Amino acid sequence: MLILDDKKVRFLEILANRIRQDIIRMLVQAGSGHSAGSLGMADIFTAFYFHILNHNARKPHWPDRDRLILSNGHICPVLYATLAHAGYFSIDELKTLRKLNSRLQGHPHRKVLPGLETTSGPLGSGLSQAIGMALAARLDNKKYRIYCLTSDGEHQEGNHWEAVMFAGKNRLSNLTALVDRNNIQIDGYTEGVMPLEPLKEKYEAFNWHVIEIDGHNFEHIVDAVAEAKAIHEKPTMIIAHTIPGKGVSFMESDYKWHGIPPNQSQAKMALKELEIIGRKIHGGI
Amino acid sequence: MLNPNAKLNQDLFDESKLKMTATRDGFGEGLVLAGEENENVVALSADLTESTRVEAFAKKFPERFFEVGVAEQNLATIAAGLGVSGKIPFIASYATFSPGRNWEQIRTTIAYNDSNVKIVGAHAGVSVGPDGATHQAIEDISTMRVMANMKVIVPCDAIEAKKATLAAAKIWGPVYIRLGREKSPVFTTDETPFTPGKVEVLWSPSSGSGRLLKPQVLIIGCGQLLYNALIAARDLEKEKIGVIVLNSHTIKPLDEKKIIELARKTGAVVTVEEHQVLGGLGGAVAEILAKNAPCPMEFIGMQDVFGESGPASELVEKYGMGILNIKTAVKKVLRRKR
Repeated sequence: MLILDDKKVRFLEILANRIRQDIIRMLVQAGSGHSAGSLGMADIFTAFYFHILNHNARKPHWPDRDRLILSNGHICPVLYATLAHAGYFSIDELKTLRKLNSRLQGHPHRKVLPGLETTSGPLGSGLSQAIGMALAARLDNKKYRIYCLTSDGEHQEGNHWEAVMFAGKNRLSNLTALVDRNNIQIDGYTEGVMPLEPLKEKYEAFNWHVIEIDGHNFEHIVDAVAEAKAIHEKPTMIIAHTIPGKGVSFMESDYKWHGIPPNQSQAKMALKELEIIGRKIHGGI
Repeated sequence: MLNPNAKLNQDLFDESKLKMTATRDGFGEGLVLAGEENENVVALSADLTESTRVEAFAKKFPERFFEVGVAEQNLATIAAGLGVSGKIPFIASYATFSPGRNWEQIRTTIAYNDSNVKIVGAHAGVSVGPDGATHQAIEDISTMRVMANMKVIVPCDAIEAKKATLAAAKIWGPVYIRLGREKSPVFTTDETPFTPGKVEVLWSPSSGSGRLLKPQVLIIGCGQLLYNALIAARDLEKEKIGVIVLNSHTIKPLDEKKIIELARKTGAVVTVEEHQVLGGLGGAVAEILAKNAPCPMEFIGMQDVFGESGPASELVEKYGMGILNIKTAVKKVLRRKR
């Protein structure tokens, strides 16, 4: 992994801002989809695809690539926008999200779009699939790493904890998971719907290494992944605290934006706000 | 008479000489062979390693065996990850749990995702016996065959289970193999042809002994109950009723061409399966015949009820899947034909 200097941080911030703008454009075009989580995870996706992952957009099936598994498939607008910016397909194709004959399905389908490692949407199954890939890497003596991005809401699924137990028991140190701790889900705030805390202690009890970070701070994200790589006897969970709807003031931290898109006028306002943020980052260079 | 081309065990009507082995044992043997043939074959168990007969593989290839504990959803989804990473995972549990409890995981992460996973459901049918209805899978053929990308195979004896296991390891993509718990007659041989997706005629009316019996009814079966169908066929011949017994071990893809051809020839069909009559082999056959060759049909199987505890053979009788039931169904469908 390359060194993250101020210049690179600025580069990542600009990219994440563009990805957020694309997310808004995609969602308003589609007329349905998940806004809050997609915007909230833009910094993390940018950090992975433009700094952390060992990957090649021209060779999406390269056997030695690092794997990034998105478990909570509903935030795929951020995955699609990031993959497009990384060169897996054209940015123009983003406007086909959720349309007939599109490769950009409402929830990601591995078979139709390059760059996807799994088909996902139904929650709680991503971590186990990442485990399967980690086991395969171990059997084949491969050095690639497996990263699994999860949501906090899906931690209410039994399947997820079955996976947590297994990875802890088998000391899968080539596996790093990250939870988007944004505290919202469809029916409300996670701690009201079904509390997850104390989350860090839960993972530690299952024999995982745990790191808590600010999910909008590129240094934090990159340092956490570097630390996970240095832990050889356990899998690592990065608890990334994020603001759902990040970058759009009227969406931020409001659970009602979990599963809906902006309408035309809301999209206009959102883009205006994001453009102002973008100009500020540029101004800082 | 027995179809000579099927190369069945010639002693199959002599109970004293008949070997009894459970289909799960054939699977266990096949899995070890598949593992020897291809180092990418791996196996996963959910705390049922011995009774699903994965134990021999686990002992021979400990580094390629993964114990997931009592966690069937994890069983399916870890396998899905292995299956898209160049491995050929076999996941084994009781069919009520896998593919029962983890149906959605199988649908999304194995079938839709087209991961190369082989799902092995043991303890299918009421012949599971004393464990009772909670452990007797009678819906698994239906729930697996409705998934796009999924293939479904129901071996009739231990030898066929071994062949099905070896074949599944070579077929690309998701396959479901259904197994029984109890020892059952081994009536095929190593020489019996087995091609997934192709039916095999086991019995057809005798020829050569002067008068030729016309085939009047087509019995299509799968699994261990095919043995009952063969005894019924032999008895019916004594009553001058000519039947064809077809082994449709592959429910999906169904050998539509041959089934339509033989249904046209006989004009009446009885399906035999240790499964709900709703949506299983009988349902699959009815779907294609309704479209291509409509004819009277009778369905031997569980009649929209759950099983219960008891000895395997008595349960099969109580729930209407015995030899007499098959004979009665043949006669009934014959009457409806006229």
